[in-house]
Amino acid sequence: MSAYNLPDEKGHFGPYGGKFVAETLMTALEELRTQYLYYQADKAFQTEFAYELKHYVGRPTPIYHAKRWSDHLGGAQILLKREDLNHTGAHKINNTVGQALLAKRMNKKRVIAETGAGQHGVATATVAARQGMECVVYMGSEDVKRQAMNVYRMKLLGAQVIPVESGSRTLKDALNEAMRDWVTNVESTYYIIGTVAGPHPYPMMVRDFQAIIGKEVKDQMQQEYGRQPDALIACVGGGSNALGLFYPYIDDETVRMIGVEAGGKGINSNQHAATLVTGRPGVLHGNRTYLIQDDHGQIIETHSISAGLDYPGVGPEHAWLKDSNRAEYVAITDDEALSAFHALCRFEGIIPALESSHALAYAAKLSPTLGKDKLLLVNLSGRGDKDMMTVAQYSGITF
Amino acid sequence: MNRIAATFSKLKSANQKVLIPFITAGDPKPEVTVPLMHTLVKAGANLIELGVPFSDPMADGPTIQRSSERALANGVSLANVIAMVAEFRKTDTLTPVVLMGYANPVEAMGVDHFISTAKESGVDGILVVDYPPEESTEWAQQLSAAGIDPIFLLSPTTPIERVKQVAKLAQGYLYYVSLKGVTGASHLDLTEVQTKLAQVRTLVSIPIGVGFGIRDPQTAKAISKLADAVVIGSRIIEEIEKAPENSLLETLSNLVSSMRSAIDETN
Repeated sequence: MSAYNLPDEKGHFGPYGGKFVAETLMTALEELRTQYLYYQADKAFQTEFAYELKHYVGRPTPIYHAKRWSDHLGGAQILLKREDLNHTGAHKINNTVGQALLAKRMNKKRVIAETGAGQHGVATATVAARQGMECVVYMGSEDVKRQAMNVYRMKLLGAQVIPVESGSRTLKDALNEAMRDWVTNVESTYYIIGTVAGPHPYPMMVRDFQAIIGKEVKDQMQQEYGRQPDALIACVGGGSNALGLFYPYIDDETVRMIGVEAGGKGINSNQHAATLVTGRPGVLHGNRTYLIQDDHGQIIETHSISAGLDYPGVGPEHAWLKDSNRAEYVAITDDEALSAFHALCRFEGIIPALESSHALAYAAKLSPTLGKDKLLLVNLSGRGDKDMMTVAQYSGITF
Repeated sequence: MNRIAATFSKLKSANQKVLIPFITAGDPKPEVTVPLMHTLVKAGANLIELGVPFSDPMADGPTIQRSSERALANGVSLANVIAMVAEFRKTDTLTPVVLMGYANPVEAMGVDHFISTAKESGVDGILVVDYPPEESTEWAQQLSAAGIDPIFLLSPTTPIERVKQVAKLAQGYLYYVSLKGVTGASHLDLTEVQTKLAQVRTLVSIPIGVGFGIRDPQTAKAISKLADAVVIGSRIIEEIEKAPENSLLETLSNLVSSMRSAIDETN
């Protein structure tokens, strides 16, 4: 088999991906693609990116053996890639650091971003402050209400947060609005997309910036365990932390790759965000991919306990990895994720993000079915500090 | 000659410009759409762009998004929109109708099925906003084969080399987006439009329509001096939003008549 080399020049992963945007953005995307390809091969750029990741983000993040929890589960050992230890508390910053460096080299003075729970917004506001750039973050007005703390964090970092009142007032509408801003201010503005979705080159570029996760895991596993894990497990909303982990492993077919989607109140409930498990291919937000849609092609509102997974699309490369059977995709419900959240708190003294708790919950299901000598590497993509209110609310606690 | 080509050619020989109103099918009510189309034609419209509602209209401003949301709340699907065109064709066999929308409803229906039913119902052209030429070679060929014009956009940011590429696939007319922004914006720069159109004209032979940001008869008149067709969208939707139900047709008729008179003025 030849080495994996997608996307092709037009940004296609098999039938997925591409550039499905209005004419007004085509030139900006082409400029971005050209600039990105140039700097991807530019030593000075890569050196600066590595420096920032080490000294500003705090990489490399360790792999931690969750021994007490693994013993309790009684099967395969669970190893955690500690992306929660990054500056700002999640993997999101790997990508925003990279794109901000690119924006700076493209002489853009203003960056914009969309955000759901606020994690990508915070990561963007952070690097904008670091680079002295103007920053505008679009956030659905529903999310602004639910995530008041992150809104305040972004404001402290100097960003302007614009509540979006259209559509379902959540992440997908924030993305629509950010695209509109970009169309209008395309010459002065750099749009930092937070996940491996959107039009080409975003899915490829965000993947490349996040691939530091999988590259580190590969080296660390070899050094610390003398072998690679049996399976990689990561949550998938848009899919950036999962792809960052999976990408360096795509050609190593001895390693299983499992993406865990938000099953919400159950995949038969119509209240979930399990796009790859239940959706059909279509076109949204600039790329062809699986979507949660009705029979007429209208996008349906999704639900998840974790705002970061609450998205009706998914990165096109995941769509391709699913169709080509290289990765498996499963769904975990709100309740299962919560139960894994509490387990990690109690057994390991780590409070995980609700997004990452979906990956943990699937690892907890899989572990007992496998021998104790098997290794499951879970991407602990973020910490749970931001989720205190949500978890308390689900547990019936008020402050 | 198809209806779009016939319309442009007829108006050209009469030394007139094509007036194109845009409305969203099913807004404010599905039963109003066909009577509204007839009203627009009587008031001086030469071609109708009929919007297919979509849940995530990324290239549109708030006005057209709200109109899309109203249509969707009325349960309007792509199949309903095609049925409205068939209904319109029962009494108007001359005025071209162009469907304008986004890719996903088309793909959900199935491209082949969509094209054949659109053709049967009397659709003359189709503009899918998020199908740029790079992604639509096959799409444009399928439409052409069915005798439907694939309509494409040009924008102020389109470089000249791309204009050539777009011109290879486009039929009927090219839709020049007059500004960097979404529909309904208000920062139209006439000098920029003039310069760009002059460049574009040297490369394309089909007519050019200009839209986005044309909000009043004066601007419509100014644009009509530069373009072959003037497209009015958000301004019409705003009137639909504001007008009481019983005077909706009259209000829209007055608006389109005023645009018509403005672009017909000779000086």
